[in-house]
Amino acid sequence: MAQNPFPLGKDELLKAYRTMRTIREFEERLHVDFAKGDIPGFVHLYAGEEACATGIMMHLNDNDRIASTHRGHGHCIAKGVDVHAMMAEIYGRSTGACRGKGGSMHIADLSKGMMGANGILGAGAPLICGAALAAKVRGDRGVGITFVGDGASNQGTFLESLNLAAVWNLPVVFVVENNGYAESTAMEWAVSCDSYVDRATGFGMPGVTVDGTDFFAVYEAAGEIIRRARDGGGPALLECNMVRFYGHFEGDAQTYRAKGELEAIRASRDCLTILSERVIEAGVIGRDELQAIDREVNALIEDATRAAKAAPLPTPDDLLRDVYVAY
Amino acid sequence: MSRKISMKQAINEALDLEMRRDPTVIVMGEDIVGGTGAQGEDDAWGGVLGVTKGLYAKHGDRLMDTPLSESAYIGAAVGAAACGLRPVAELMFLDFMGVCFDQIFNQAAKFRYMFGGKAETPVVIRGMVGAGFRAAAQHSQMLTPLFTHIPGLKVVCPSNAYDAKGLLIQSIRDNDPVIFCEHKNLYGLECEVPAESYAIPFGEANVLRDGDDVTIVSYGLTVHRAMEAAAALAKDGTEAEVIDLRTLSPIDWDTIVESVERTGRLVVVDEAHPRCNLATDIAAFVGQNAFGALKAGIQMVTAPHTPVPFAPSLEDLYVPSADSIASAVKRTLSPKGASPRIAA
Amino acid sequence: MLNERIKPIVMPKWGLSMSEGKVTGWLKRPGSTISIGDELLEVETDKITNVVEAGETGVLRRVLGEPGTVYPVKALIAVLAEPDVPDDDIDAFINSYAVPASEDDGEAEAGPQYHTAETPAGTIRYAKRGESGPTVLLVHGFGGDLDNWLFTIDALAEKATVYALDLPGHGQSNKQIADPSLSGLSKAVLGFLDTVGVERAHFVGHSMGGAVSMRTALDAPGRVASLSLIASAGLGEQIDHGYIQGFVGATSRRDLKPVLETLFADRGLVSRQMIDDLLKYKRLDGVDEALRALSASLFAEGRQASVLASGIADARTPTLVVWGEEDRVIPADHAQALANTAQVAVIPGAGHMVQMEAAGKVNALLKDHIAKAD
Repeated sequence: MAQNPFPLGKDELLKAYRTMRTIREFEERLHVDFAKGDIPGFVHLYAGEEACATGIMMHLNDNDRIASTHRGHGHCIAKGVDVHAMMAEIYGRSTGACRGKGGSMHIADLSKGMMGANGILGAGAPLICGAALAAKVRGDRGVGITFVGDGASNQGTFLESLNLAAVWNLPVVFVVENNGYAESTAMEWAVSCDSYVDRATGFGMPGVTVDGTDFFAVYEAAGEIIRRARDGGGPALLECNMVRFYGHFEGDAQTYRAKGELEAIRASRDCLTILSERVIEAGVIGRDELQAIDREVNALIEDATRAAKAAPLPTPDDLLRDVYVAY
Repeated sequence: MSRKISMKQAINEALDLEMRRDPTVIVMGEDIVGGTGAQGEDDAWGGVLGVTKGLYAKHGDRLMDTPLSESAYIGAAVGAAACGLRPVAELMFLDFMGVCFDQIFNQAAKFRYMFGGKAETPVVIRGMVGAGFRAAAQHSQMLTPLFTHIPGLKVVCPSNAYDAKGLLIQSIRDNDPVIFCEHKNLYGLECEVPAESYAIPFGEANVLRDGDDVTIVSYGLTVHRAMEAAAALAKDGTEAEVIDLRTLSPIDWDTIVESVERTGRLVVVDEAHPRCNLATDIAAFVGQNAFGALKAGIQMVTAPHTPVPFAPSLEDLYVPSADSIASAVKRTLSPKGASPRIAA
Repeated sequence: MLNERIKPIVMPKWGLSMSEGKVTGWLKRPGSTISIGDELLEVETDKITNVVEAGETGVLRRVLGEPGTVYPVKALIAVLAEPDVPDDDIDAFINSYAVPASEDDGEAEAGPQYHTAETPAGTIRYAKRGESGPTVLLVHGFGGDLDNWLFTIDALAEKATVYALDLPGHGQSNKQIADPSLSGLSKAVLGFLDTVGVERAHFVGHSMGGAVSMRTALDAPGRVASLSLIASAGLGEQIDHGYIQGFVGATSRRDLKPVLETLFADRGLVSRQMIDDLLKYKRLDGVDEALRALSASLFAEGRQASVLASGIADARTPTLVVWGEEDRVIPADHAQALANTAQVAVIPGAGHMVQMEAAGKVNALLKDHIAKAD
């Protein structure tokens, strides 16, 4: 076996691959089942963006908090939320992560430090400032990570949070997941500057731009700014440039894309392929080892789907549970 | 030991006692220390009207000035609450909710339900409400109905110093988000308040005056107007029961309905605008649940459906007066009050 | 002077915080001949309604207090005089009558109404009235405070030095109770007496306070000159568990009102102010824990844990037992537990708060008992 040229040991690399493959398999299964009409509501898929969530979350523990977005399945899986509970939640079952009352856009598991996917774009940024403040008040070295798309990066909440985090010197990392589209509107048109690093600089914090399809690039850049935040060095911004394999939501015909664009990015910018090729090429991990993981993940998602479909629905009593009801 | 203090002092004392009792209680807001980073005194203001004055000396960094950035710091208070702190965030004037409402009604209010009961958000958002301060249209509103409309929020509006202290302590200890509405024209009003800590349970209206002829329900400043009206009516032999709701969500339906079942007449007084406010809410509830007890049509006394005017002469007309409340009571007592008004 | 034969009836001052009272109705007509102890009229205060009894004899020559009207304390509401006093003299007396100085002035002269003592059991609030004669200590019951002696303290203070305290966990004393047993409370009371420099006192205890007084008489007989046990705990096992549970559990006016009504024969005596004052007390941090600890220790499973009757019967401490015949909290037949060794008085038409509901009669019994025992 060749010497490992990567910043992670083999077990860690296998874990990263398993996480990314789990996200991919989860999302592709949803893509298929949604089209069949099995899933209520609407879902936003993270496929294509797995390296970002995984490269960051490899540095976090359950005491660190993340605030996610409407496109949150990948963040959940990478942060350790149970895949069966997620799938059941998406099917609106009582065994779901939120007992079927949140759905795809609101999966949360505070015991894992996952403060919730969020249907309001940009809303997670102030929340994560609060999570980081709580860590700072307790002195427990916890950090907060908020994810925002290129679209929601224009929200006042996000920009105000950059300022607040800098003023209060909070252990926060703002991650801009730049997949080029705010729903259907191009980032080049809707964002007034060329680089998010310029915005970070404007708020007095460091900013880094990485190729978000390169797991190792994300992992190394995130490691440095997370370490800095954990040590009291204050907030930072990480821009991950990446690609979205499906539409804004399932059913989106994506007519705003250029002809051949999707085929091109799938061929050249698939983060899973990039990671696999590199570890196999380096001789650190064998293709058969990855294929074994693929089979296990496939079985896991199959089982999660089967279990979700078979799980009980919430009871009528659940309608009035877990909120103060005035009437 | 009990002594007379103002509502402003009572709020300060509640914050002080709870910060002493529970290290997870933090207080944040614009100018609540006052002068942070400036060259003058360490705690120059203690809040724009001095409500938090002196707390910085006692609690140091657990009192946090914020940038003028309501979305960010109200959201941060909500996020910190979901992560184990008990933040009290001052929104100065609750009219400013417009720039941070998402964090209140889509985030704080939703977490417990939306996350299947697996999250708690023990945040208190306190701020000034109400007219009569010559503060014009954007600093004077009684926006309580906007908050009571939202499930998941608890809404409190004390009318005196004793209630303010006990309700704020309860708000801080409560595990749900609480909107704590402080009528700015009541800050100076004094009454007997125990020096010790005490909590007034939510959903417990205070019957300030017993009477068998008519029930007057109100909250906040207009409670005092209702009491003035009741005193005037007593001279003519009409005994009004006056109910101070204290908490608007949860609301004490039992006390209202029990009273109306005895008096048969109801006047609801609300400083909020007339459409979809507490007055309409209570009138509808009583109409649905105690119709048989009513001897006359329910009367509502509210602010007009206008912004709050600046000119003092106009603003004085805006807030429901003791006279308008007494007139409404008389309408319920007149023979015509019993018959439905036919709309043209 | 002619005035000496004209005796004013004034609005009484019941307890420490009363500043005015409302005449609710007269029980005697003008022209009636009045003896000491006759019930003259009813007065309602913000705390309670009670009967004003005559302290002197004469004919009720003028009735000035109008029913439904509020008068300040010491305002002239009626005039007693012998039949031969001329009407003109009475009119002149009425015209020249001036209400004595207001309460605030009086308070400044008499010193503060309440005091606090730092005792081994923590801060204890107390009131002290009277300057001479034997020393009397008033011990309230479960959930009560020194204002339960509203109609007692000033009457006894005419011929005694009277202390009334808030037990630990009660009133405005500290809310922690180190030892929520009768012995623990008894030690707290003795610690209080040490702090205020009282060696020996006539103990007057109501309900649980009666049991605390008995415990003290047994454990420290030298410090208890006599016992007056009013609707006392500790004389039998029975107690209305519903009352204890209701009192501990109530958090609202609606819940507390029916509970308090069981304390009185006349339910109408439970006023808005009485309920509000108790709710304010019950909301204080530490009170709920204190009341639960006491009720678990003293009244677990609806039975009184300590029955001290036989010990007290053997101890020979001069003892008076007073009960309201209609007591719904502790049955009046418990009074008979000491029938062989104590003076026993069961008063008709009164409930558990007999010292408030039949204040005149109870005060007369107490004065007589203390005078004889001293």
